[in-house]
Amino acid sequence: MMTSVRKPRVAVHKFSSCDGCQLALLNLGEDLLALAERVELVHFAEAGPLDPESDVDVAFVEGSVSTPEDIERIQQVRRHSRFLIPIGACATAGGIQALRNGANGAQWVAQIYSHPEAIASLAHSTPISGHVNVDFELWGCPVNSRQMLAVVNSLLLGVAPHDNADKVCTECKRHGYPCVLVSRGVACMGPVTRAGCGALCPSLGRDCYGCYGPAENANTDALAAQFERQGLTPQAVMQRFQSVNNQAPVFLAAADKAGMPRDE
Amino acid sequence: MSEQRRSVAIHVPVLARVEGEGALDLRIDDGAITELRLRIFEPPRFFEKFLEGHHYSEIPDMVARICGICPVAYQVTAAQALEKLFGVELDPWARAMRRVFYCGEWIQSHSLHIHLLAAPDFFGCNSAIELAKIAPDDVRRGLRIQALGNELMDLFGARSVHPVGVRIGGFHGAPPLARIREVREKLRAALPEAEALVRWTAGIAVPQDDQVFVSVAMQHPTGYAIETGGIAASDGLLIDAGGFDAHFAERHEAHSTALFSAYHGQPYLVGPLARLNLNHAHLPERVRALLAETGLALPSRNLFHSLVARAVEILLALHEALRLLDAYRVPDSPWVAVTPRAGVATGCTEAPRGLLWHRYEMDDDGRVLSARIVPPTSQNQARIEEDLRLSLLSFGLDQPDDALRLHCEKVIRNYDPCISCATHFLRMNVERG
Repeated sequence: MMTSVRKPRVAVHKFSSCDGCQLALLNLGEDLLALAERVELVHFAEAGPLDPESDVDVAFVEGSVSTPEDIERIQQVRRHSRFLIPIGACATAGGIQALRNGANGAQWVAQIYSHPEAIASLAHSTPISGHVNVDFELWGCPVNSRQMLAVVNSLLLGVAPHDNADKVCTECKRHGYPCVLVSRGVACMGPVTRAGCGALCPSLGRDCYGCYGPAENANTDALAAQFERQGLTPQAVMQRFQSVNNQAPVFLAAADKAGMPRDE
Repeated sequence: MSEQRRSVAIHVPVLARVEGEGALDLRIDDGAITELRLRIFEPPRFFEKFLEGHHYSEIPDMVARICGICPVAYQVTAAQALEKLFGVELDPWARAMRRVFYCGEWIQSHSLHIHLLAAPDFFGCNSAIELAKIAPDDVRRGLRIQALGNELMDLFGARSVHPVGVRIGGFHGAPPLARIREVREKLRAALPEAEALVRWTAGIAVPQDDQVFVSVAMQHPTGYAIETGGIAASDGLLIDAGGFDAHFAERHEAHSTALFSAYHGQPYLVGPLARLNLNHAHLPERVRALLAETGLALPSRNLFHSLVARAVEILLALHEALRLLDAYRVPDSPWVAVTPRAGVATGCTEAPRGLLWHRYEMDDDGRVLSARIVPPTSQNQARIEEDLRLSLLSFGLDQPDDALRLHCEKVIRNYDPCISCATHFLRMNVERG
C-alpha cells in the first residue's frame, strides 16, 4: 500500500536586514522550483506565501532584533517552529546595524528623522540567539545557496547539519591562493574568520574583512599584533573587528582591546 | 443613507512580494478617500551615522549592506563620488567594466522583480512557484536570465550579493580572458531569450491608466545612462550630482522610517519607466525596433508599463554588456592608486529602482565626517501615494475590498519598492465610514 509522506514545512522570516540572505533561495534559479517540489514553503513573504502563524518543521530567520515588536515576533516564530535556524550576520551577530550599539541611538534618530517619537527602535541590534533558543546557525554576510541547500538536505535526510568553524586560511590553502597577508602585506582577517565563502576576497588579491564571523579558536591577539607590525594605527586595528560581525563576542572583545589606551 | 455610511475595515497583515516591510492605510468615507498612507516600517539601520569615522577604503563593503538586491548600485555610487573628490582618473578598462558589472545587477534585479514579484499578479497566482505551473517556459526563461545577471556580478565581485570586487580607484581584480569568452557566449545566447521576454511582458494585459507626473532620471549625451550622466527631469531640468540639493528636498513624515523626497515641492517618478521616458532614443537600434513592434508609445503615463520597461532594460543591459566585453582586454592593473583629500563628494547612478544619490564629507585622512544617501524608493514614496489615490479613483472605490487591496498591491509593485533600501513592509488597513 502506498503511503504519502508529508513534505517538510519551511518558513522564511525577515527581521532587520538587507534581504540579501533570502536571495540564497531566490537566486537558486530552476533549483528553486525543484526545492518547492521537495518542501512546502509555508511562509516566505518576499516570494509570496504568507502564513507566519502556522507550525513549521524549519524556520529560517534573516535579520536582527531591533524593535520592540521584533521581540514579540521572534518568540512567536520559536513557538511555531521545530527547528529555528538564524541565517546571516544580522541574525547570528546583530549585523552591521549593531554598530549603533556603542553609540547614542536616540541622538542618531533625532539627527536623521524630524519625528523621532515615531521611530520605534531599540537601543541595540541583537542576534536571534539573544532572545530564543536556536537549533543551528548559518554564518555569513550573506549566506550562500550552497550553505542553505546543505542545511535543507541534511534536515531532509534527518542528520545534523555540518558546522564548519574552521578558518578562511584553510580555504585559501585548499584553493592554492597565495597568502595576501604575507605576500601583499594587507590586513587580512582570514586567520580569525570562519570558512564558508570559499576565500572570495583573497581570490581577488584583497583582504578578507570577516563577513563570516569569528572562527573557532580565533587568535585575535596575535592577528592584532601582526596588523600593528604592518603599520595599522590602534584605531585602524579596532575598525578591522568592527565590520558586519562587530557584536560577535570574539570580535567585540578584540575591538575593545585594540581601542584601549596602553602603556608602551 | 445608512447603507452608504456602513463602516468597513479590512486588515491585511503583510504585503507579499516586495523587498522589505511596509503597510498601507486606506480609509474611505462616504465614497471618498479620506486617508491613504504608505507606511514604511522597516526598522531604521542608521547607515549614514555609523559610516562616520570609517576610512574611505571600507565604504564600498559597508554601503553594500544597505541592500542585498542592489549592492552594486551602492558600491559604484560611493566609489565614483569619492573618486571624483580625490581627483582619480580611472583606467578606461575599469570605467567600462563598472558599466558591465552594473548591467549584471540590472539584469538580476529586473528579472527577479518581473518573475518572482510582479508577474504572478497578472495570472491570478500568489507566487512564481505557482506561476511556473501555468507558464513553466516563461518562468524558467526568467530564472535563467536572472542567473546570467548574477554571473556578470560574480565576474567582477566574486559573488552577486555583497560582491567584494570594487575598490576606490577601480576593481581589486580582473577576470581572465577565458572566463570572459564563456560569458560572452552566454550573453549572445540570451539575446533572443530576452527578446522573447520583452514580447511576453508586452503581451500581458495590464490596466489602462493615464497620470500626469514628472519623470526624473540620469541622462548621458551618448548612451542610455546607467552609471554615469547628469540628472534630468521631463520638464527640462538638467543638472550634475552636485546640484541635487537645490532642486530636491527630503522630509520626514511620522508614518514612515523612510524619508520622502520632493522635486520643487512635488512628487516625482524615478525608475525604469522614468528612464525609458527620458532616454528611449538612446536605446540600441535592435532594442528600439523591438520596442516599436510592441506598440508601447513613449513617454508613457501608465505605471503598469513598468513591467515591459524592465524587460526592455534587461535586453539593453545584455547588449551593453556584450558590446563592452567584446572589446575586453586584461588590464595592466585593475586599479589606480588613490590619495585622499578633504572635501565634499557627491555622486549618483541609476540603481535598478531609480536614481541613487550619495554625499560624503571627508577629512584629510580619507575618513567620513558625514554621509547622506538618498535611495530610489524614498524618492518614489510620495509618487506611490499619489498614484494609489488616482488609481483607486479610476478603478472605482465601490469595488469589493479584496479587489481594492489587490489593485493597491499591483500599483505598489509597479515601483518595485525596495523597502530595505528606503529602510522598509506592507500591512494594509482599509476602513470605510
